[in-house]
Amino acid sequence: MFPELNNLLNVSPDKPEQGKFTLLCDAKTDGGFLVHHFLSFYLKANCKVCFVALLQSFSHYNIVGQKLGVNLIAARDRGQLVFFEGLKSTVEVLFGSKEQPNTLKFIRESSSDLKSLYEFVQKALTPSGDGSATSWKFPVLLVDDLSVLLSLGVEAVAVLDFIQYCRATVCCQLKGNVVALVHDSDQTEDEENAMLMNALGHQSSLILRAEGLVTGFCKDVHGQLKILRRGLLQPKSEQTRSLIYQYKIQDKSVTFFARGLSPAVL
Amino acid sequence: MESQQGEGGTELDSQSSIWVNTGGNKMAALTTGFGRARQGGAGDPREYKAETAAGGDKLGGGGGGGDRGCSFLRKVSVPGSGGGGGGGGGARLRSIAGTRPSVQNGQLLVSAGLPALDQLLGGGLAVGTLLLIEEDKYNIYSSLIFKYFLAEGIVCGHTLLVASAKEDPGDILQELPEPLHDDNYKKVLDEGRSHKSQEEPEISMKIAWRYQNLPQMEAGPGTSSRFGHYYDVSKRMSQEVIQSAKWHKFFLPEEITSYANVESCALNHGYTKLLHFIQRVISEQGFDGSNPQKKQKNILRIGIQSLGSPLWGDDICCADTPEHMHSLTRFLYVLRGLLRMSLSACIITVPSHLIQNKAVTSRIRNLSDTVVGLESFIGSEKEANSLYKDYHGLIHIHQIPRLNSLICDVSDTKDLAFKLQRKVFTIEEIKTSNSQSPIFSHGYHIALCSLCGPLNKFIKRIFVF
Repeated sequence: MFPELNNLLNVSPDKPEQGKFTLLCDAKTDGGFLVHHFLSFYLKANCKVCFVALLQSFSHYNIVGQKLGVNLIAARDRGQLVFFEGLKSTVEVLFGSKEQPNTLKFIRESSSDLKSLYEFVQKALTPSGDGSATSWKFPVLLVDDLSVLLSLGVEAVAVLDFIQYCRATVCCQLKGNVVALVHDSDQTEDEENAMLMNALGHQSSLILRAEGLVTGFCKDVHGQLKILRRGLLQPKSEQTRSLIYQYKIQDKSVTFFARGLSPAVL
Repeated sequence: MESQQGEGGTELDSQSSIWVNTGGNKMAALTTGFGRARQGGAGDPREYKAETAAGGDKLGGGGGGGDRGCSFLRKVSVPGSGGGGGGGGGARLRSIAGTRPSVQNGQLLVSAGLPALDQLLGGGLAVGTLLLIEEDKYNIYSSLIFKYFLAEGIVCGHTLLVASAKEDPGDILQELPEPLHDDNYKKVLDEGRSHKSQEEPEISMKIAWRYQNLPQMEAGPGTSSRFGHYYDVSKRMSQEVIQSAKWHKFFLPEEITSYANVESCALNHGYTKLLHFIQRVISEQGFDGSNPQKKQKNILRIGIQSLGSPLWGDDICCADTPEHMHSLTRFLYVLRGLLRMSLSACIITVPSHLIQNKAVTSRIRNLSDTVVGLESFIGSEKEANSLYKDYHGLIHIHQIPRLNSLICDVSDTKDLAFKLQRKVFTIEEIKTSNSQSPIFSHGYHIALCSLCGPLNKFIKRIFVF
């Protein structure tokens, strides 16, 4: 986790917020660092995390996690982390034997829904009633990323249904959090993606949007982060408060600063 | 201490259907060991292997059971016990020819065939990743880069898998460029330089500076242990070198005898066949570590030509709203899964200029690791632009992956152009007549690309702030 981002969001691993849906998006840049941040943040906050990783392998997150101070292998061994590796499961589903649990059976069929994926998440995060000794603070679902599902032929409505089910279970029932990453492609004509992003934006209480700089590539400032908070329970006061910061990604952390005040310029 | 082989045995028994995992376990365990060894600060590749030899066995015992994740970071070293039993010391480690660990994060890299392109991609192409080339309009230069990739594989002794729907892969291999030897290379470079110096003062090359340093190349065909070679495009690779190469071929018209209506996994028929072929080669030849008896590890270089074109049975290049919009993206996703769990590197050329639906182009880019676009000046209005008069086209590095780290090795320059000289393909940064540094230098300079020399100086003096 990045301490500076924690300060900007006013959270800390000791007292994280509960029952929230956070939407991460990136436009013209790579927002993966936000996923790494939230993964290590919730692991340090002693929450039970179900991570659905559709685009990268386990060791990718593990190696970055080690730089950020969490050990994913140990977390998985002690049951704190349930890791679903999309790439590996796909290969098993297509080339393995037929008795595999078909979590990703939508790959095989042309029109299918994400029900089996939801059932996997539900089984992973619902506390089992056999009285396991360690108790975690609250469950968290982390998805990286939802735009891949659209590329695989799942309809945007099916993805929205999946997120709705997950929110109902994880946020409302289990009082946990859901964090999802969506790629924003407003330059292109991806209508399904735009619809997905808009719909999820309306459901979320916090939106973190990583954008590339409007002026182009810069070595010292890698992008701009917009933080939008949506007050869902306060209709009278201002609905959204947004803050904009610029950031630079380094090997083990990300530094944030106000716009135009990059250390390279000062 | 249990031997590696014994452990592999138990894995096989308990999860007999997931044979893939067996190799993956050991490999992934090695990976984390390698990562830790790297953080020790070892600079010499030999030190990496030495440390991993000590650490690998330990990890094999502890991490083999728990770590079920497959990693594409197939590290160089395999403890000797994998080959012959006995998990103690004395592990003989062999490095794979034609690969080297990345300076930044210790990943295994292979050369893309063009040392200039390797430098732009952060040292080379990472093993287990996909390089997507967005073709130029007439597919002249992209097929050249495709051939460089394959030629590099032959020179390094890697196994090739060539797939095409247009030409017979055997014909593609006949057209590979010949590797340049030391003294020949100097001659070529001098010819090129003298040609240029007649027209204008020599521009010092920022990107291709290595062309000025002579490489130490071994003469003669055979496996070369250098990383990155130079090729002479005007000559063909000799027959005996091509014959000595090990390669697999997939020619679509031969594989598909009848267009059956059975579509498994909702993919195009041609794509499904290709995926099964690739998976079969990977598993049978042991590129995914499933065959621990295989002593010499090798890289599989996969080259797929013109994917997405109508010849593959896909219609994303033909229609605005294609019927099978998800075929190619599904294919890329499954291919990514196969690459991540094997010692392979893949190059794909896609005729993106024909895809009307921009959403598909961006989805294809998101599913690839490294994306390079080529734009040739043939027939375009840029041909007349004086800035581009020395070059044949522009090269755009659209995407470079961030693998196992938060950062990636992005080069500072974004204005890159290529030219095909008589024998050599060079990539250079576009130099305006008066610029001495990249466009962003503390925001004080304005980009003055299109103005000519003396006017440049005059305006800069006014607008500096």
